[in-house]
Amino acid sequence: MVLIRDLVIQGGQMLLVLLLAPLFTGFVRKMKARLLRRRGPPLIQPYRDLTRLMRKEVVLADSASWLFRVIPYLVFAATWVAAALVPTFRTGLLFSWSADLIAIIALLGSARFFLALAGLDVGTSFGGIGSSREVMIASLAEPAMIMVVFTLALIAGSTQLSTVAEFMGSPQVGLRVSLALALIGLGMVAIAENGRIPIDNPATHLELTMVHEAMVLEYSGRHLALIELSTSLKLILYVSLIACLFAPWGIESAHAAWPTLAVGVAAYVGKLAVGGFLLAFFETSIAKMRVFRVPEFLGMALMLGLLATLLRFVTRSF
Amino acid sequence: MTLTIILAGVAFLLALAPLAVAVGRSAAATRLVYGASAVVAAISLAAALAHLLGAAPPQNMTLPLGLPWLGAHLRLDALSAFFLVVVDLGALSASLFAIGHGEHEEAPQSVLPFYPAFLAAMTLVVLADDAFTFLSAWEFMSLTSWALVMSHHRVADNLRAGYVYLVMASFGTLALLLGFGLLAGADGLYTFAQMRAAHPSATLGALALILALIGAGSKAGIVPLHVWLPLAHPAAPSQVSALMSGVMTKVAVYGFVRIVFDLSGDPAWWWSIVVLLFAGMTTVMGVLYALMHHDLKRLLAYHTVENIGIIFIGLGLALAFKAHGMLFAAALALTAALLHAFNHSLFKSLLFFGAGAVLSATGERDMEHLGGLIHRMPQTAFVFLVGCAAISALPPLNGFVSEWLTFQAILLSPQLPPWGLKLLVPAVGALLALSAALAAACFVKAYGITFLGRARTRAAAGAAETDSYSLAAMLLLASLCLIAGILPGLFIDALAPVSSALIGARMPVQIGAQWLSIVPIAASRSSYDGLLVFLFMAASGMLAAFAIHRLASDRLRRAPAWDCGYPDTSPATQYTAMSFAQPIRRVFGTFVFRARESGEMPPPGDMRPARLTVELHDLIWDFLYAPLVAGIGEAADRLNHLQFLTIRQFLTLVFCALVVLLLVLAVWS
Repeated sequence: MVLIRDLVIQGGQMLLVLLLAPLFTGFVRKMKARLLRRRGPPLIQPYRDLTRLMRKEVVLADSASWLFRVIPYLVFAATWVAAALVPTFRTGLLFSWSADLIAIIALLGSARFFLALAGLDVGTSFGGIGSSREVMIASLAEPAMIMVVFTLALIAGSTQLSTVAEFMGSPQVGLRVSLALALIGLGMVAIAENGRIPIDNPATHLELTMVHEAMVLEYSGRHLALIELSTSLKLILYVSLIACLFAPWGIESAHAAWPTLAVGVAAYVGKLAVGGFLLAFFETSIAKMRVFRVPEFLGMALMLGLLATLLRFVTRSF
Repeated sequence: MTLTIILAGVAFLLALAPLAVAVGRSAAATRLVYGASAVVAAISLAAALAHLLGAAPPQNMTLPLGLPWLGAHLRLDALSAFFLVVVDLGALSASLFAIGHGEHEEAPQSVLPFYPAFLAAMTLVVLADDAFTFLSAWEFMSLTSWALVMSHHRVADNLRAGYVYLVMASFGTLALLLGFGLLAGADGLYTFAQMRAAHPSATLGALALILALIGAGSKAGIVPLHVWLPLAHPAAPSQVSALMSGVMTKVAVYGFVRIVFDLSGDPAWWWSIVVLLFAGMTTVMGVLYALMHHDLKRLLAYHTVENIGIIFIGLGLALAFKAHGMLFAAALALTAALLHAFNHSLFKSLLFFGAGAVLSATGERDMEHLGGLIHRMPQTAFVFLVGCAAISALPPLNGFVSEWLTFQAILLSPQLPPWGLKLLVPAVGALLALSAALAAACFVKAYGITFLGRARTRAAAGAAETDSYSLAAMLLLASLCLIAGILPGLFIDALAPVSSALIGARMPVQIGAQWLSIVPIAASRSSYDGLLVFLFMAASGMLAAFAIHRLASDRLRRAPAWDCGYPDTSPATQYTAMSFAQPIRRVFGTFVFRARESGEMPPPGDMRPARLTVELHDLIWDFLYAPLVAGIGEAADRLNHLQFLTIRQFLTLVFCALVVLLLVLAVWS
């Protein structure tokens, strides 16, 4: 019985993030438009885009290989599995123990590895520019993320995301300098990993500054739909991650009864709304930076993470 | 019994070498030598596996060879059984690969005799139980591999590679010789059993550690002693490159572990600082070098340097934990290091086989002349992709497991009291994370430029799939990469006797954990389940494919590439390896390699092409080796005068030397 309940909740969590992901992307777009005093597309526009892309035929480049056609599924699978392991409305997910925080980062790393390969597959210069910049950004963002994870793991005594989230919700955490550094570092990494302003602009095309969009330029039809969905999933994953680690209020513990789960879901949706608004606000208030300023930005995130970890190594009270 | 079987195999291999000299030029010789080597390796592998998995007690044997009246001592214990598995698995796959790949060899008579001798030498190093046998086998291993590096000796680069290798190998053996001399002490206890029982003092142990780090580290490729490795490994035939990178570096790791963990007594905490400093530097420098190169085999050789750094990070942590009596953490760190050694031998051999297959299909090692091979060599492309994903530490493959265990060991280290370690270990953790991300970037480059895109030359466009023996060898290793990734608990449990023998503790039994997950310390702390991650990924990928198949349009049309409406007709406009690495070169290379780019744009109307020149400096060579070489040259020039003295001057010289020596003797006593 307990197993069935846990299975249902794990499945529900997977479906929830999958269904909410396009809505969240639409919400951020809407917020950005409203902040610019535009009306903006309706909230459900991303769903419409996805279904339209699904219905269209795939136009595949002559030089594309079988790998190019497999990669959207691989990227989607890796991102979805990673997103399924981040607690949203309830900790103690059934399969939480199968991959810890380091493994979640590595899963996202797999998705990026294959997407960067897709950028090189057709053999165009735009794909190459996107891939080479993406791996440059990742080569700094990933260690920064690992350092943030180290900090959290050393505070909570575990790399298990459910355990960490439960610990962060308990009163023994308190305010810590290392946590503040980790939060800033994680925020910077999240912005870079999701290709948001000031690192990359998700709304642009045909610019020499683009990164993610250049990599997926040759995709069309159902392949593009999967890639777009994975991008949305990744965004909601990072917001859920920050929410469950640094705003663990309202997240239900593993033993919660059915009715209180509704509270958890409501709290989660509320946190998404706040997160989406903050993201939109940040993006509209800052200008996109040149590509070669990005290492400075991410280098700072790495240094913050390293500093936070060092603090945890040197003393237990910060 | 087990030891006898393995030694019979060694004797057979040693007998095969002169036979290969005799029949080396005949057509069937390639199949004969490699086939026989594969059979011997398979038998020896089975014996070593039986010993390791059965947790059998150590077996000793003394052969009436070597030093008169003393004999050669041999021993098969858990540590040597584990490294025998690595050696024999590498030898088996390399021999299988070479049955097919060896057909392309232009001068088989200069490869075949040395190949079985090289395999025998590596086995003997791992089995040796006294300093004399160890050093003889070590030198034999160096010389046979040197001969294999020189098998294409008419290529000018190979001559230099062989020369640098020979110098570095002798230097390394010298360091090991001195190290064993220290451990043997004044009484000349030259067997390992006597050294172990002697419990050397802290100073002696520390000196032995440093000499072992120099001696074994130069063979393994620790920065700054790595200079020979990226020259020599790619110069050899591909099956030998795989053996040198995948297996011989592990034999060097074995030498280090044997001396430091087994023979040098109880470690002091600061030993780990030395090891961790060099290991951290090795990890990042190895991958940065690899990113700057576009010769496929040289890139792989530099990645060996990186992975050796990761292994030594684990070993350094194990030393620190052992010195502080945290035995379970030490067992975790040691297991992580040894598992990474095993994993690296799998995927590095696989990748070198792939590079060899590409080399024989196109005649090219330079990635800038390749491209689009996934269309021409689909099976090679697939297994090479598995190798790339494994070495980039992507779940659910094996590279991730051992790096994950190393991270878990790092997370245990705040409990170490010394301040030096408290500051160093987080920095090493950051370097490890950085190198993991850079390795993924480097293999996107290696795979993307070599196998994806459009063919850049006619050779790449005309490539054909490689032979079935080579494919079988690669497929064997690729499936082992997957198995070790999804069932890591089996491999961790197999390593338990090794850590019990060296540390006195072992990791918890993994096989009983739910769903075959691995739990290094406790389930509440951290766990990872490669099998479930693999199943989840497969399930969600198939679910997505099924849903798309049912709901979405399945129409597909081939068309020219879109490329923002301006498709390039020439394959030369694709990204190259150099341009792919340009952002990373700009971020890291300006500091590490003093990279400079200078563009030369001809004025309008001038028909000359525009040129972009990239300047890179290998600072380690420039500041460490170049002055050394210059100094030795200078000294040799000065001393050259001594050759042209008159007989009177020579006699005076001899007389003076005699007087000085006698004086020294008088003062000394």
